[in-house]
Parts: sequence; C-alpha cells; structure tokens
Amino acid sequence: MRRARRIARRSFLIGSAAIAGGVAFGAYSYHRPVANPLLEDLPPGAAALTPYVLITAEAITLITPRADMGQGAYGVQAALIAEELDVDLDQVRLDPGPPSAAYWNTALSEEIAAFMAPGAFNTVARAGLDTAMKLIGLQITGGSTTVPDGFDKLREAGAVARETLRQAAARQSGIAADRLRTERGAVILPDGTRLAYTALAAAAARMEPARTVTLRAPGKWRLIGQPMQRPDMVAKSTGTQDYGIDVALPGMVHATVVLNPAQGGALLGYDASEAMAMRGVKAVVPVTGGVGVVADNTWRAMRAAQAIRFDWGASPMPGQMQEHWQALSDSFTRASRDSRRRDDGDVEAALRKRQVITAEYRAPYLAHAPLEPVNATVRVDADAVEIWTGTQIPRFVQDNVSRITGIPARRITLHAQMIGGSFGHRLEDAVVSRAAEIALQMPGTPVKLTYSREEDMRQEYPRQIAMARMRGALSDGKVEAYDLGIAMPSVIASQMRRQTGAPPGPDSQIVAGAWDQPFDIPHHRVTGYRAPDLAAISSWRAVGASTNGFFYNAGLDEVIHAAGADPLEERLRLCADPLARKVLEAVGEMSGWSGPAPGPGQGRGVALTTSFGVPCAEVVEVAATDRGIRLVSVWAAAEVGRVVDPVNFENNMRGGVIWGLGHAMLGETTYAQGRAEQENFDSFQSLRFSQIPEIFVRGLENGTDVRGIGEPPVPPAAPALAGAIFAATGTRLREMPFARFVDFA
Amino acid sequence: MELTVNGTSHQVDVEPEMPLLWVLRDELGYKGVKFGCGIAQCGACTVHLDGVPTRACQIRAEDAQGVEITTIEGLGTPEAPHPVQMAWITRQVAQCGYCQSGQIMAAAALLAQSPNPSDDEIDSAMDGNLCRCGTYPRIRAAIRDAAARLSEV
Repeated sequence: MRRARRIARRSFLIGSAAIAGGVAFGAYSYHRPVANPLLEDLPPGAAALTPYVLITAEAITLITPRADMGQGAYGVQAALIAEELDVDLDQVRLDPGPPSAAYWNTALSEEIAAFMAPGAFNTVARAGLDTAMKLIGLQITGGSTTVPDGFDKLREAGAVARETLRQAAARQSGIAADRLRTERGAVILPDGTRLAYTALAAAAARMEPARTVTLRAPGKWRLIGQPMQRPDMVAKSTGTQDYGIDVALPGMVHATVVLNPAQGGALLGYDASEAMAMRGVKAVVPVTGGVGVVADNTWRAMRAAQAIRFDWGASPMPGQMQEHWQALSDSFTRASRDSRRRDDGDVEAALRKRQVITAEYRAPYLAHAPLEPVNATVRVDADAVEIWTGTQIPRFVQDNVSRITGIPARRITLHAQMIGGSFGHRLEDAVVSRAAEIALQMPGTPVKLTYSREEDMRQEYPRQIAMARMRGALSDGKVEAYDLGIAMPSVIASQMRRQTGAPPGPDSQIVAGAWDQPFDIPHHRVTGYRAPDLAAISSWRAVGASTNGFFYNAGLDEVIHAAGADPLEERLRLCADPLARKVLEAVGEMSGWSGPAPGPGQGRGVALTTSFGVPCAEVVEVAATDRGIRLVSVWAAAEVGRVVDPVNFENNMRGGVIWGLGHAMLGETTYAQGRAEQENFDSFQSLRFSQIPEIFVRGLENGTDVRGIGEPPVPPAAPALAGAIFAATGTRLREMPFARFVDFA
Repeated sequence: MELTVNGTSHQVDVEPEMPLLWVLRDELGYKGVKFGCGIAQCGACTVHLDGVPTRACQIRAEDAQGVEITTIEGLGTPEAPHPVQMAWITRQVAQCGYCQSGQIMAAAALLAQSPNPSDDEIDSAMDGNLCRCGTYPRIRAAIRDAAARLSEV
C-alpha cells in the first residue's frame, strides 16, 4: 500500500526532508483490528497506529474514506474527527485514503441485518453478519450511512489521537498529562506554552496509542450542531475543483466507448476503418460488449465513435415495456412471494366483512443521471495498476480491475476523485472495468475514458420498475385493514450479481419503506413479490423506499379518504412510534395544517416514510393554474438523532425533496428492444429553476440513534404531491411519472 | 486559429468544427468548464462570449475567433473571487458542484445586464442550467445577495 507513503511524503518529506516522524491514529477495534493500511510503507520514524488521523512534522491529515458525491461526506467525516482531536478544519488536510478493509461500513450491515434477522435472534445474527461484512471489507458509501457509521468511530479516532499526543507532551515536558489541555492543534502547558501536534508527531509515533478514551458530552461540542463551512465550497465556486473527468496526466490519451445500445447485448462485429482514418484517432479496441475508441482529444474520440459500423446482438431483456409490466403483474403469486414480514391481525377476515377499496400503483425504471458523465483513468504497467476515479465501491473496483488485468489487488492503487453527483450511479463500476480493458491494450499509457451523455444513459443500471396492489377497508371513519403487495425484481440481486454474486434469502428492498412503517392498523399486511429479472437495475437514491414510500402512502390516502378522515389526523392517530409522531406533528405545525384543501384551486398532501431509520414527513402544497399544476410550498421534517451540520442537513433535505418531486413528476426510463429511449436531458426531464417551490425543513433530535439524511427525504415527496394534486383537482395519480396524466406549470 | 480566453491569446490547431467546450477543456486546460450533455440542455459548459452567456458545447471553434471568451477561471479566483462567486461561497450553494461553474456564469451575465433583477428575470436567466442535486433555493438566495452587493458598489 503506497498511499500512506504518498500522503506522508506530500506532507512530510517535500520541502523539509530532514524532519522525521509522523503518526497516524484511528479507532476501529472490533473483536480484533484488521490491518491498518496507513502502516504499510510509512517512512522511517513515522508510525501509523490507526487509520483516520495522520500527523507528521508538517501537517495534520484526516482520512475521510466515504466518497463525496455532493452530499458533503468529506466535510462531515472531518468534523467528527476534528471535534475530539481539537483541531479546526482550516488547519487540516483531507485525504480519502486507500481502499481498505479498515474502513468497512458498520451501519450498512446493521441496516441489512435489521431485515434479515428480526426478533429474538437479532443481536446474535447481527454480530455474525458484522463479522462477515468485516471480512469482505465493505468500504461502501451508501444507505445514508456515513454519519451513523462514523458518528462514534470517527470521534473515537480523534480522541485516541488527542490523548496520545497529550501523553507525548507529558513525557516531553515532564508535566502530568491531566494538567495539559488541547486546543486548535496543540497541547497547552499550564504556563500557556503551545506544543503543536505536528511538533509532537515524532514523539507520539514511538508511543502506544491510548487504549481507552471517553467521548465528550454534547454540551462540550464545538463543531457538531453548528453551521460549518464546507471545505469544498471555494473550489466548487471558482472552477478549481477537479473531478474524475478533469484528471490530466503526462502522456494521457482520451477514450470513449460504444457499447451495445441494447444494454447487455453482445458485439457481433464492427468496421472501424473510417474511424481509424480520422484525425487524432490512435486505436479502436474491443471491450466487453463493444469497442473503445482512443484519441488525442475527447471530442475526437466521440466523433470517431459515431463513424464505426456495428453488428449488435439482440437485447437480453423483453423488447417492449408492456412485457415488463406484465411480468410484474404476473408476480403477485404465492410462488413468487419473497417476504411477508408484516402480518398483523387477520387481514383476510377483515376484508371479507367490509367493503373493500382496491387500487394498483406503478413506478417506472429511472436513470440516476448525475451531471458528471461517468469516467475513469487507468494506467496498466507490467506489475501494477493505477486508477483515478470517483466510486462508492473502491474495494470492488480493485477486485474487478485485478480480474481484468491479472495484477493482484494489492498492486492496484486507487486515487479517489471528487464525484459530480451519484444518487447511486457510482455504486456501479462498469466504466472502470471498460477503462481497464482499454488500458490493458495500451500498457504504460494512462487512458482517460469518458462516456458521452448518451452512452452513459444507455448503459445506466436504473432504479427498479415496480408495481403494487392495495386492498383496504374502513370502520367508523377509521382505517381498519390495509393490505399491500409489492412486486419488483430484486435490485440487490441484480446489483450484487455484477460483484460478489447475488445474496441468498429475501430482498429487504422489495418491501423497504412499506413493511416497516410506524402505523398501527388493526389488520395490516405487507407482502413482497419477487418479479423475474428484466432490465439490469441498481440502487437509486432511497432504493426500495423510493417506489414503496409512494405505494404505501398513496394507498393509505385512498383508504383515509374513503373513511372521510383527514390525511394528517388519521396518520397521527395510527402512528405507533413516538419519534415518527413528532415528525408528523412538526410538519402539521410548520405548514399550519388545516386540511387538504386550504382554498380554491389549492391542494395539500401529506406523507410519512421511515427509511434508513429516519422518519421523514412532508406536506406539499400545489395550486391548479391555467398553465397546469404549480408547486407552491413544501414543509419537511425528519428525526435524525443529531443534526451534525445544519447547513448540510438543509441542503440534503431540500435536495432530497426536489429529487423526489421532480422524478415523480417527470422522470422515467423506458426501453424499446432493450434500448433506453431517454438518452439525454432533452427527453429525460428534471425540475428546472423556475419550478422550485419554497421548501422549509426542520431536523428533530428526539431519538438516541444518529442517522444520515441523504435518502430519507425522497420517499415521502411523491405521495405528498399526489395527495396535493388530488385535493386540488380530484385526480388520483397512481402511476409515476405524473406528467403522463396531468400538466405541470 | 487564435482564441482569446480570459484575456490571454492562444494559438490552437484544431478542426474548425470542434466545439469550443473541447478546445477549452482538452486543448487549453480550462477544466472549470464542464461537459454535461453536449446538446445545450444542461448549461454546465456556460461561458461568456463578449459577455453573453453561451453554451460552449454548441460553438464551433472557428466561430469563437475574434471574441472575448470568459470562463469561470476568468471570472474570479479562489484568492479574488467575483462578487457572484463570493455569494456562492458564503451561501454554501454547491453540493456536488459540477453544475456550478455554469450556474455562476449564467448568474454573472444576468447581473451584468440587470443589476437588480426581478424573480421572473432570474427564472428565465437560470432555467437553462440544470442542477441534479437541487441547489436551486440557495442559487436564488446567492443571486439576491450578489445583486445587493453589486448595487452597493
């Protein structure tokens, strides 16, 4: 692992080569520690005790291993370390660190385990799964887990480093450690003398790190809960932030690919003679499912790609959308049942006795379409590979490139790049594999592969297509029975088949955002049905809950309406979780809720979805205008235990609301003969500046579990909007995107 | 051919039809200009041609001769940001940040034209710039801040 050497060299050898001594701290004990990646190849005199804090004579570097794709992960990870380390963010460097099992994601395994092992065996099973995931070393960014995973771990890393530095200062000064303070990157002696951490690095490097630390009480926090200045704001406002697409290396060539537009289909043959004759073109080489075109300029590669004639194999997926919907429709059978984790009361008996309300709901495939087209730069040498890319799955990237190049993963260096949006897109790494295939055919040359927007969207692994069937019954103006069946292909199986293989057992995501909702309905059942594999799919912001939050709330709205009840009041009556209840009360208070129809042509809807452990409620208000439905206001509240940074919290909440609304209104990916019909932002629409409503957000801190906020605002947006449109117009929307059925202003 | 970018003259040997976007990014290294869609739908590549906000992906290199090309790098720097960039930093607009070069160039052109724009003017100036993260509310606030700052000067 040469990463640490590079980090250390950058901060410690350059300019001041005579100074020796560096130290790296962290905290990651779990049964027993896995290898600390910063230990390998440290320069003489340096020590790497744990993986999150690296201090040398010149600099303090905080390691922030979770990928930043705009959600602010680098800043929030740094702040958690800095809180206990007693440094300020303007004093430190940030580095994403190397791919390593040391940076495994605890919170993600807990999220999965909560579904896999309910009931009494939960704890035991969780321990087992945690251990398994540690062995796999899932250094994954996803599932809104960066904050819950890091909240204790990163603060402990900071505290261990601080205490060790304090011990080093005690040894150096001869003054007892308990008489020494720490602040702003220094240990302070009783007479006010400041010993900078950097000056203590060499001494600390020779010590055993502190074994026991006590985390500070919330009342002592300096950073957590305060608005922070994100470290990337200046660069991102001045055009000086480099993303993966901006990588520039000496001798680098520019490449693009053309893959079978019917995704997953074979390449049968091609004629590149015309392309090869075009200016700047260096090579046209085969890759899996297509060809790579290499040139001296990205545009020349993309233009030459259009001059190649192809003979493509057929699509592996059903040719028409109708066949996809039919496959879902045919999956509501006992044989296809995947899970039934919610089965309260006697739903069948309750529904036999009463008039039954039924409805069917649909949600389309949907591209992630972040604004930075996918890209990766790879150089393959005789015995080593270097990769420059932004990814949420660095360890899988290493393994896949190892398979392609035959070079062992430990000889593959990954330089993590800032990501221009992901929403789950960078949980896939096909672009890196294609770049490695091209680079393998040009040894020693760095190859930057950039997909065109069209290629990126044709090769998307979109959100799952999904369908739900609801039956409900009421009694005395109340919801009495609620039975929801959801059919979709398994997104986790599709995604993991491209990595380690599909996991056994039911897929929690088929019913996520539905089976686990905090409503106490006397007869209540949620059943997941696993549809056959259709298009290859992947995790899209909020994953299963992104479709199921709509299904669950939209169905519930119909039963509540039939009962003549108020959508907010009835949800409050049914809500069995005190934390979720407070979230509902909050949006009621924030919006001054007085019912779904505040005035002529106005409509309001409300929804609550608990996802990723976060109850999030939203009230949406629309106006019916002569130009169509106009978004007016949104009030959103979420229970997250702790709001680490109010600015970043608000950005993620508002962004999630806009994401949820915009895609519910406008977004879909459809296929014809296996080819995505939306290839660019002309046909793939999203919300524009002038369409954005006022959005008011509130973070609640009543719970003890600290949670992430990247995904939870997404699921309630669509159903709250559907409720508002129903209130304003009387039109019940049961299928996304809503623009198929109503006009929007 | 000769192109003038941020006041500096460059000789480039490219096809007349190469889009200005790729001349700027791959030939001249102005990487703050972003590639998002290639068809003038996202606005990430917005630059100023003689002060007019323009999608660099739609301008042939030969047509960019003889005009002043301004990129985000020419608007201001980390050490000396333009008032619009300063407002973006203070308001913490960016999430992923990939669209923000184009957003800032669009906003700067608007405020140069109309120092105290109405909401409708802001809407029509900014509707061509896509943000997938949903930073629009803070963009609006930053434009209002920058307008206030510019009108003080």
